Amino acid sequence: MSAIRAEKTRITAADATPPGVVIDCRIDKIYYGDFVAVRDSHIPIEKGKITSFIGPSGCGKSTVVRCLNRMNDLIKGFRFEGRVRFYDQDVYAPDVDPVIVRRHMGMVFQQPNPFSMSIFDNVAFGLRLNRYKGNLAERVEHALRRAALWDEVKDKLKTNGLSLSGGQQQRLCIARAIATEPMVVLMDEPASALDPIATRKIEELMVELKQKYTIALVTHNMQQALRVADKTAFFSVDISQDGRTGYLVEFGDTRQIFEDPKEQLTQEYIRGEFS
Amino acid sequence: MTTRPDLLESMKGAKRFDLKRSFWEPRSLRSLLLSIGAWIVALIASVPLISVLYMLIVRGGRRLNWEVLTELPPAGFEEGGGFGNAIVGTLVMVGIGGLISIPFGILAAIFLAELGPDSQIANAARFCAKTLTGLPSIIAGVFAYAILVLVTGTYSAPAGGMALALLMLPTVVLTAEEALKMVPQNMKNAAFGMGCTHSQVVSKIVFPTALPGILTGVMLAVARASGETAPLLFTALFSNFWLFENGRAELMAPTASLSVLIFNFSGMPYENQIELAWAASLVLVLLVLVFNSLSRIIGRSRI
Repeated sequence: MSAIRAEKTRITAADATPPGVVIDCRIDKIYYGDFVAVRDSHIPIEKGKITSFIGPSGCGKSTVVRCLNRMNDLIKGFRFEGRVRFYDQDVYAPDVDPVIVRRHMGMVFQQPNPFSMSIFDNVAFGLRLNRYKGNLAERVEHALRRAALWDEVKDKLKTNGLSLSGGQQQRLCIARAIATEPMVVLMDEPASALDPIATRKIEELMVELKQKYTIALVTHNMQQALRVADKTAFFSVDISQDGRTGYLVEFGDTRQIFEDPKEQLTQEYIRGEFS
Repeated sequence: MTTRPDLLESMKGAKRFDLKRSFWEPRSLRSLLLSIGAWIVALIASVPLISVLYMLIVRGGRRLNWEVLTELPPAGFEEGGGFGNAIVGTLVMVGIGGLISIPFGILAAIFLAELGPDSQIANAARFCAKTLTGLPSIIAGVFAYAILVLVTGTYSAPAGGMALALLMLPTVVLTAEEALKMVPQNMKNAAFGMGCTHSQVVSKIVFPTALPGILTGVMLAVARASGETAPLLFTALFSNFWLFENGRAELMAPTASLSVLIFNFSGMPYENQIELAWAASLVLVLLVLVFNSLSRIIGRSRI
């Protein structure tokens, strides 16, 4: 199912991405109608690493992650200026089908949102969607094991996914997202609706998963970024031109961002002087 | 009750207060009066309902047996007989009505809820459906008379079904639209995130998730349609014969129905027919009850 489409949008060797970068996201401007939501940000997402997006609320970190797999196309008035390079293809090229982009990038949302169907069917959903021909049960078990949920649900695979607890539902959503083995998993505040124990489990899971998947993680919890992320992008809001426009302030290794931030703004945010 | 000395000690200097319920306080009295009033009004409201049911069970139940369910209606002075053909006729015509209104209604609801919720056409359709819910049922009958009975030249089961479909359609459309809109946006986002096209989101997630709610609406429409008399008077009329005979269905001929049978027989001067009308009323109410209960059971089966 990872068959890259035949009509590729080739990118010339001159602006080739640095090695190891799976998604090279260069944003000039993201519009919602006339309103500029995010401007001038460049985030390279490296393979096999967790890249976290932090910043005060309204800084556009979710918008940025959702524009990677073109989820924002569903929002009226959304317009993207810039380039998102996924391996060697431009996600926003005119001949790219957003539906296929989304099949290559799994997504986990803020609110656990399993489908109203059995646990098994939830995980098998993406496989069936992609007409997977192999052993479905095996892949479902594998995904549930990877999502650290197998032991809790192996005896009730036929029960409805919505009957699980919030934390279990979110792990089910992660299992659903990774069952098709996407190259990238986008997580939009995956633990913000969960209690501390469930959050811990999700975090351990993320660290476990990065051996196989590249993860982009939006979080409002700085401690979480510090615990799990390899790279961190710090966003802030610019309210100067009577709007709220988010932009990237600083990008770097998580350790460097937290211990030795180069920008004044980052320093203030990390110290908790504003949020 | 005596207060313990150690408690008395700790109450020293504190302001005295009393947590006991006082019955004579205006607040308590008003609350009591209101409760009693509500009970009385509820009892009065249920008197007509219960008396109708009581009459049906007592007078209809007297005659209810296997014979009335399986035999043809009797002529003037005949004894015995039943209304088997009317039960079949009602079920067939409600079935035809359902076959027309359910697919159209659900597809229209999918358009209204998912494809073009804010489009001009959706607003117009929604307005029409809301107006049609209040449509006097006799007008549905006249309409079906004009476009089917006059054209085909005969009263028939399809004409009756058509008239019922007209009455069922708005209920199906509006309840199905509501049910489809209840599917959380979160769940739809998850489906889009998995790489579903819009039509896949609708067919794989939105429709199955909303199905119990849609079926509730369908059952309510069916229950309403099976009790309708006026539209059938113009379109199916009545018949003293079986709809299916010798393995052939006489669809293009006047067709019996329970409601029209009740209408006809209750006005007759013969004791036998009047008893049959009571029994038919009970059967019809039981039929509606079954559809209503089905809708509740289906509606409950969601998470």
